[in-house]
Amino acid sequence: MNMLNALNNALDLAMSKHPHMCILGEDVGFFGGVFRITKDLQKKYGEDRVFNTPLTEQGIIGFANGLAATGIPVIAEIQFADYMFPAFDQLVNETAKYRYRTGGEFNVGALTVRSPYGGGIAGGLYHSQSPEAYYAHTPGLKIVIPRDPYQAKGLLLSAISDPNPVLFFEPKKLYRTSKSDVLDTYYSLPLGVADIIQTGTDITIVAWGAQVEVIQKAAKMALEQDNISIELIDLRSILPWDIQTVTDSVKKTGRLIINHEAPITNGFGSEIAATVQLECFLSLEAPIMRVCGLDIPFPFCHEKEYLPDHLKTYEMIKRSMRY
Amino acid sequence: MKNTINHTTHIITHTLKPITTDALSIETLSLLKTNGSLYPEAVCPTIDQKTAVKIYHTMQFIRLLDDRMQACQRQGRISFYMQCLGEEAAVTGSAAGLHQQDMIFAQYREQAALHYRGFTLQQFMNQLFSNQLDLGKGRQMPVHYGSADLNYMTISSPLATQIPQASGYAYGQRLRKDPYCTLCYFGEGAASEGDFHAGLNMAAVHQAPVIFFCRNNGYAISTPTYEQFIGDGIASRGIGYGIDTLRVDGNDVLAVYAATQYARNHAMTQHKPFLIEAINYRSAAHSTSDDPIGYRTKEEEKKFSTNNAFYRYETFLIQKNWIDLKEEIERTEQIKQDILTDVKRAEKIEKPIIDQMIEDVYDKPTTQLFNQLDDLKKHIQHYPELYSHVH
Repeated sequence: MNMLNALNNALDLAMSKHPHMCILGEDVGFFGGVFRITKDLQKKYGEDRVFNTPLTEQGIIGFANGLAATGIPVIAEIQFADYMFPAFDQLVNETAKYRYRTGGEFNVGALTVRSPYGGGIAGGLYHSQSPEAYYAHTPGLKIVIPRDPYQAKGLLLSAISDPNPVLFFEPKKLYRTSKSDVLDTYYSLPLGVADIIQTGTDITIVAWGAQVEVIQKAAKMALEQDNISIELIDLRSILPWDIQTVTDSVKKTGRLIINHEAPITNGFGSEIAATVQLECFLSLEAPIMRVCGLDIPFPFCHEKEYLPDHLKTYEMIKRSMRY
Repeated sequence: MKNTINHTTHIITHTLKPITTDALSIETLSLLKTNGSLYPEAVCPTIDQKTAVKIYHTMQFIRLLDDRMQACQRQGRISFYMQCLGEEAAVTGSAAGLHQQDMIFAQYREQAALHYRGFTLQQFMNQLFSNQLDLGKGRQMPVHYGSADLNYMTISSPLATQIPQASGYAYGQRLRKDPYCTLCYFGEGAASEGDFHAGLNMAAVHQAPVIFFCRNNGYAISTPTYEQFIGDGIASRGIGYGIDTLRVDGNDVLAVYAATQYARNHAMTQHKPFLIEAINYRSAAHSTSDDPIGYRTKEEEKKFSTNNAFYRYETFLIQKNWIDLKEEIERTEQIKQDILTDVKRAEKIEKPIIDQMIEDVYDKPTTQLFNQLDDLKKHIQHYPELYSHVH
């Protein structure tokens, strides 16, 4: 099953479980969304529960906040993560603070915001961004990014049932290309828990979303060409993030590389590096290194050069080992 | 005839005729004369004595509370306050036109609506003094009230964010077939925010039973309406979004009450939003942090504040023989005493315990939050006298 089908299947299961659950966003109705993730759901659950909205991201999230405050599960789709910024105020000042500012009188835990993020589809500046770090600076939000169809379904179902608002960023590059065995039935995967996808002894690499297959490829190169044993961690949840799993691994390997697609400065890798140096200082054999996007808007014709690919990661692995 | 592709009326003309801004002629509904009697052609809304007196007592209480708490802020006992003065008729009249189970999303100056629903003097005071009995756990500035029991969404300082939320909340009520609607208060200044336009459009397109209630009080802090918009008030915006609209004299409780009842019926039976624009004058400052002398004249304040909604309504009730002025004077004195007593009670109650700092960020505090709290507590132990109100 590819990621589109896995996400569609997850939404279908959740919609059949909750009698009032709604999906709203631009073109999510009859058309099924520009990536077809909500395909056929309007036909199955009706226009009152799966509906197109006017072209207003702040309106979508504002409306979804209010709807979620009634306790009805809500999926708000933002067509591209690059277009979430008109809703920044609703997300940061409202969604994230609802429970806190009301003293627990009200909450919008029933809200899940889905949005495709990241490059790799020739999307240029405004169909390629990875905005997770902006939101990771906001207590009250949870942020989840899956790496493959199996993870996408289980994590999305957890995000929907989690009693907190969740931003669910989907690596659009993998929508059709990533395939895995996915159960038809309901299952969930834990939020806030990283996944060690390969154990190793020489170096730890952390990534999430579409970059996980990049670090897998780099690790394979390093093993085959240099016999370097690498521990690979898919962070899965950016907020809250699994400090324990990452620091346990670094204490064992003594080395850490963080890979993310977003620009390097103030990316979420900075936060990981700061925490790991504090928790693992005496275990470190080399400085913590990052392989990330350049500090530029996401370029169109130089997309390949911009992306922190497996070759850049492989070179950084050797640099860390040589240190 | 409708052009279905563009969703517009389709009347072809061969003459160039722009629509001028004065094409729309919006009237203001007013039922009560300033002397407390009804205009000859006015129809008095159906209202019983109990409701009528409850409205009066709510206005009476809020005026006294505002007056006293403004003074408390000046004495340094609370950090901030906002008065409802000049708008107590619009707020109380609209709250009275709703069902108790209808949801209210307010902006911040609508404490009269909350009191009408049963928020007690003690509850106001606990919030104002951010003590440990405050429903909001002392986390927000004074006047940021809220209560799930009273269907009153907790206030959020950012303006207009409540507007699309009210649309979404009302949509949920319709989806669940609740026999209730939502009312959303905001000022004419907030109507310049993008969320206002997003919220109205979303409600209209998705047929949410929400009443948008604009308190056009003339000022956004110091900015007068003529620097806020050029069109015909906020009512004209409603028409543009395809929302039935009514402008009402906000100093006329009965007109506001009638308008809200009409709007509620419209929302519930037609599953559509409705916009009410109440024309008021913000007699007080924006908040305790500004002084209107800097941006408007005493003459202006005198001219517009004399049209006093409270006394207009009081005269109406006296003519109806529904209140006894002597009793009301005694009642006023009693409320003043109660407020003073309760200020003393509320300010003596301790702040919420420090552990509550990390609660309600998520449904349960994360490991990181517990660790941060532990670090903070250890730090405080080094300087207990310098963090004296922590317990």
